[in-house]
Amino acid sequence: MMGLIPLAVGDPTTPTAASSASQMGATPFIVLSAILFTIGAVGVLTRRNAIVVFMCVELMLNASNLALITFSRANGNLDGQIAAFFVMVVAAAEVVVGLAIIMTIFRTRRSASVDDASLLKY
Amino acid sequence: MIGFWLLAPVMVLAALAMLFVRKAVHSALLLAVVMISLAVLYAIQDAPFLFAVQIIVYTGAILMLFLFVVMLVGVDASDSVVETIRGQRLFAILIGLLFGVILVLGVAQVSVGTVTGLAAANDGGNVPEIAKILFTKYVFAFETTSALLITAAVGAMVLAHRERFGPKQTQADLAAQRMRDYAATGKHPGPLPPPGVFARHNAVDTPALLPDGSAAPESISRVLAARGTVKNAPELATDVARLTDDVEDAGDSEEAGR
Repeated sequence: MMGLIPLAVGDPTTPTAASSASQMGATPFIVLSAILFTIGAVGVLTRRNAIVVFMCVELMLNASNLALITFSRANGNLDGQIAAFFVMVVAAAEVVVGLAIIMTIFRTRRSASVDDASLLKY
Repeated sequence: MIGFWLLAPVMVLAALAMLFVRKAVHSALLLAVVMISLAVLYAIQDAPFLFAVQIIVYTGAILMLFLFVVMLVGVDASDSVVETIRGQRLFAILIGLLFGVILVLGVAQVSVGTVTGLAAANDGGNVPEIAKILFTKYVFAFETTSALLITAAVGAMVLAHRERFGPKQTQADLAAQRMRDYAATGKHPGPLPPPGVFARHNAVDTPALLPDGSAAPESISRVLAARGTVKNAPELATDVARLTDDVEDAGDSEEAGR
C-alpha cells in the first residue's frame, strides 16, 4: 500500500507529473483544515447571533471533513471518505433540528441572540 | 495544485469575513463560498462522489435552510456588540489564536508520510468502490443514519409546528375587530396609505406624504422601519425647485438657439 508513488510530503522539488494535484502533499490541506476549524471555533465563541454561531459550527464540521478526505487520499483507502459522508448526513440532521429550535426560541422570545436564552440559569 | 493555492486564500478570507460581517445573510453567502470551494478541493483529492454530495447537501439543502431561517427570523438578527461576560470576546480571540497557532504548527511539523493516492482504491470507479464499503463494512451505520434522519425530520416538524389556540379569524371577525378598535381608540378603520403616495418615488421604502407634506409613518412596513432603511420623503422633494429651474433653463436656451 505504501510507496506506490514515493513523494515526500511538502517537498518543493516534487516532480509535478500528469496527476500532480492528486499527488500533492497532504500537509497543505491539513493546515487549511486546521485554519478553517480555528476560524469556526472563534466564530462560535465570539458571535452572539444563534444562526451565525450555527454557521460557524458547520464551518468546523466542513473543516474536519477536509481533513478526513485528505487522510483518505494519503492512506490510499476510502474509509475516510465514508466517514466524511457520515459527517455530512449527521450535519444535515443536526441543522434541521437546530434551526427548528432556533425558530421556536425566536417565536417565543422575539430574539435570536444566544445571550437572551438564559432562563435555565435561574 | 494550482487549484488548491487559488482556493485556499479565498476560503480563508471568506471564513474570516464570516466573523466580521454584521448581517446573518452575508455570513450565509460567505459560508456558501467556503463550501463550494471545499467541494472543488474534494474533487481535486479524488473524491468525486463527495464533491457532488457537498454541492447537493451542503450548498443545496443546508445553506438554503439557513437562508430560509434567516429570512424568517430576519429583522433584528444583526449582532449586538454588548458583552454579557466582560472580556469574553477578547479572551475568545486570544485563545482561538493560540489554539490555531499550536494546531497549525503542530500539524505542519508532523510528517504524514508518503501520499499513497487513491488511484488503486478508486480502481472500479469512486462511486462503486464507496458503495462496496458502505453496504458491507458500514452497513449497520448506514441503516442507523436512516433512523437518525427520520427522527430529525419528525423532530423538526414537532418543534416548528405551532398549535392554533382558538378558532381561525374570519374576515367578518377582523372587520368587527376594526370597528371595535375605532370605537375604543379612534384607530382609523380603513386601509392604510400605500407607500410612496404623493412622494417622489413609489418604492416601498418611501413613505406616503400627508396633505401637510409630512410623512405618514403607517404607510411603511414595520420591518423596513426596524431596519432603518426608510427614505425621508419630504427631503426627496427638496430638489424639485432646482429641477424645475433646470428644465426651464434648458427650454430657454433651446428657444435662444432657435
